[in-house]
Amino acid sequence: MGYTILAVTTIIGVVLLFCWYVYNSLATGKVRIQEAISGIDVQLKRRVDLIPNLIETIKGYAQHEKDVLENLTKARSQLMSAKTPHQKAESDSFLSSTLKTLFAVSENYPVLKASENFIKLQEELSDTENKIAYSRQFYNSNVRDYNTLLANIPSGPIGKAFGFAPLEYFEAEEAAKKPVEVKF
Amino acid sequence: MNVYSHITSNKIKTYVVIGMFMVFATGFAYVWGKAFTDDFSILALTGFALIFSGLMSFGSYYYSDKMILSMSSAHKIKRGDNPRLYKTVENLCIGSGLPLPAIYTINDTALNAFATGRDPNHAVICVTTGLLEKLSNSELEGVIAHELSHIGNYDIRLMSIVVILVGVVALLADIFLRSIWYSGGRKSRNSQASTVFLLVGIALAIISPLIASLIHLAISRKREFLADASAALLTRYPEGLASALEKIGKDREPLEAANNATAHLYIANPLIDKRGIHNWFAGLFNTHPPISERIKILRSM
Repeated sequence: MGYTILAVTTIIGVVLLFCWYVYNSLATGKVRIQEAISGIDVQLKRRVDLIPNLIETIKGYAQHEKDVLENLTKARSQLMSAKTPHQKAESDSFLSSTLKTLFAVSENYPVLKASENFIKLQEELSDTENKIAYSRQFYNSNVRDYNTLLANIPSGPIGKAFGFAPLEYFEAEEAAKKPVEVKF
Repeated sequence: MNVYSHITSNKIKTYVVIGMFMVFATGFAYVWGKAFTDDFSILALTGFALIFSGLMSFGSYYYSDKMILSMSSAHKIKRGDNPRLYKTVENLCIGSGLPLPAIYTINDTALNAFATGRDPNHAVICVTTGLLEKLSNSELEGVIAHELSHIGNYDIRLMSIVVILVGVVALLADIFLRSIWYSGGRKSRNSQASTVFLLVGIALAIISPLIASLIHLAISRKREFLADASAALLTRYPEGLASALEKIGKDREPLEAANNATAHLYIANPLIDKRGIHNWFAGLFNTHPPISERIKILRSM
């Protein structure tokens, strides 16, 4: 009789310990993911802040390129209003593709291309683009660890019982990744 | 073994190394005392050794990075001094979620790099100017990612402490051997016991640098492979590090600022035999796995 009670309490204890462990791992994972997404936000903000400056510089040299400039403004406001990681990723890749078009078009304006301000902005933008890529990688690897834990048995069902749900990757749709068409 | 268990094992090993060092230093002092002095001095000497080794361990835990940096004549750089290096480190830190380490350079045309410090919040990354000149961006990224992996894995804490403590052991052995030469003629009253301890002492003094080298080996070969793998995962481009290692391997120039104690910190062995002759004895005490093997593994990823 005594042994049965002992065995039952041990089993319950082990199960509780395991639940505690799963809860803590998932909670830690979630905090890391939040930290990672705010890391992406910092870089996105930096990118968004560079755009008005870029538009002003281009207006000085190439005011005929209305389409490109409009697209750029549109992409910027779209990125600023994006909420979920998926929306952010989509609008960020839209902004990237407009920027690519813009830099391709700028080839037609030697004076603009040679302008010191423009070169500096171009460098800054490519630096932020790299940083966004790295912060996205960090975010996605954290989400992957967290989601794996939620997909596995028995940690998955336990986590779901605690109210943890799988999170979105920072990813754009394949369509948005297509190479940009450049028309001259 | 994943990264987290590697971190735990590194932390445990750090304490084991410190413990072994203290036991060794105290035991050494005892044997030395038995060989040369009377009973009272043995106690004093052993006590002194215990305190000395304790202070040494404490000091190396907190200040090993500063000692190593001054040994290597490295100096700190700011963002404006080398934006390319700075940006690379910054980007990779974002990618791995590590705080930005202090960045140092060594003015030397040899190609090499190392990381030191006691944890990711007190970390230092150091590269030679030759490396900055000769590597392309993706190669530099590979090297920096390798060093950042050492920081993230807590390899730096263990390796830096080993540098200092192993250096002290070598120094003690040296002092002991010299003291025997200088006091050669003196006879003590209890000559038979003294002779025994003297022999033990000599044996210890001779093997201690060997033991120290073996500690080096045991702890540094596997972690190079692990850091290479983590670097490939971080940059998603193993070829960058592979071709960087190829360039570093071809470089036949030794790094003047490196010595036996700091050699195992570097990405590739900085003490290159100028004649390029392969010495089997030196190979036995190689701190690094052969570069060709590391390249092969990276290329197969």
